[in-house]
Amino acid sequence: MNETIRGLLTRVGGLPVAVTELEDGADLYAAGLSSFASVQLMLGLEEAFDIEFPDSLLNRKSFASIAAIEQTVSHILQAREAA
Amino acid sequence: MDIQVPFLDRLFDAGLLIETGVDGLYGRSGQFEDVIAAFERLIDKVGGADGAEAMRFPPGMNRAFFETSGYMKSFPQLAGTIHSFCGNELDHMNLLKCMEVGEEDWTKGQEATDIVLTPAACYPLYPTVARRGNLPAGGGLFDLQSYCFRHEPSKDPARQQLFRMREYVCMGTESHVTDFRQLWMDRGVEMMKSVGLDVTIDIANDPFFGRAGKMLVNNQRDQNLKFELLIPITSATKPTACMSFNYHQDSFGLKWGLNLEDGSVAHTACVGFGLERIALALFHTHGLDVKEWPEDVRATLWG
Repeated sequence: MNETIRGLLTRVGGLPVAVTELEDGADLYAAGLSSFASVQLMLGLEEAFDIEFPDSLLNRKSFASIAAIEQTVSHILQAREAA
Repeated sequence: MDIQVPFLDRLFDAGLLIETGVDGLYGRSGQFEDVIAAFERLIDKVGGADGAEAMRFPPGMNRAFFETSGYMKSFPQLAGTIHSFCGNELDHMNLLKCMEVGEEDWTKGQEATDIVLTPAACYPLYPTVARRGNLPAGGGLFDLQSYCFRHEPSKDPARQQLFRMREYVCMGTESHVTDFRQLWMDRGVEMMKSVGLDVTIDIANDPFFGRAGKMLVNNQRDQNLKFELLIPITSATKPTACMSFNYHQDSFGLKWGLNLEDGSVAHTACVGFGLERIALALFHTHGLDVKEWPEDVRATLWG
């Protein structure tokens, strides 16, 4: 999952730094992730993992770091398993 | 007050707004315009001493600048582009035939021009200022007013498709522009009080398009980027935004290359007055006959 997220970030994140240089916990907004890029990232994650973000998770916190994204996606996947 | 007759119909009956057959596209009477002119003088009185540089643009803007602005990313549903006939004589004959028969859409052959309708008064400002080079020490302060277009047909007279927006735009450091925004929130409340309008200020968001827009809405609200001054017009439970106070962080600075004197990226903020909405709030609150408005309100506007 981590690799998929990093791949997406490289493709749509538009970051001025190399994604490989970023720690999992690094603040993506501080690294230069724009609002619009975070939307593209969200849409990319939905496609890659075949999920749909509920409105309650569509916020800055969900996409604040690679670790946060992993957590958010896992949470959605688990919720689906449980359903 | 007869609440059975919708406010829009009462405005038509009183001759203040003039029906055109299209929802949200209205003529204005001399009286209506006089209220707007009076309120703009009040804005001048409150903000004039700040020394903003005034600029007036027509309600159309350079399509290239509109594209750079990213408006289509966020609000494709509201945008209006200007298309014209660009064909030859034969195309013209076909066009006339098509219009006469009326079966096909004659507008299909129209081609996009270099002009789009201005969505907010400040849109043509940023590239204009960027062209000048670095901002002077102390940043920039600008005074704008323009008719603006948003494609959202509605029977609510406070939601028009072509309406006027008066704006002040501030460019500078983060603290400079957020202080400017706070100053106008305080001034806005005082101004509305001085003309007898009951207002509240609340956190707000722009009408971003689609599900992806949900995320932009949440981001905007989480970061307190937009506030609105609300006045009840057509609904007491859902009052209408008559002013908005927006902090763009450094997003416009980065997008347009707006830099401060020392070369760092400028932060920007703008405060907008919805002039028709304010006039409508006055008519709704004080009645459709301005001669009957409270003496102190009349004195503030025309004294």
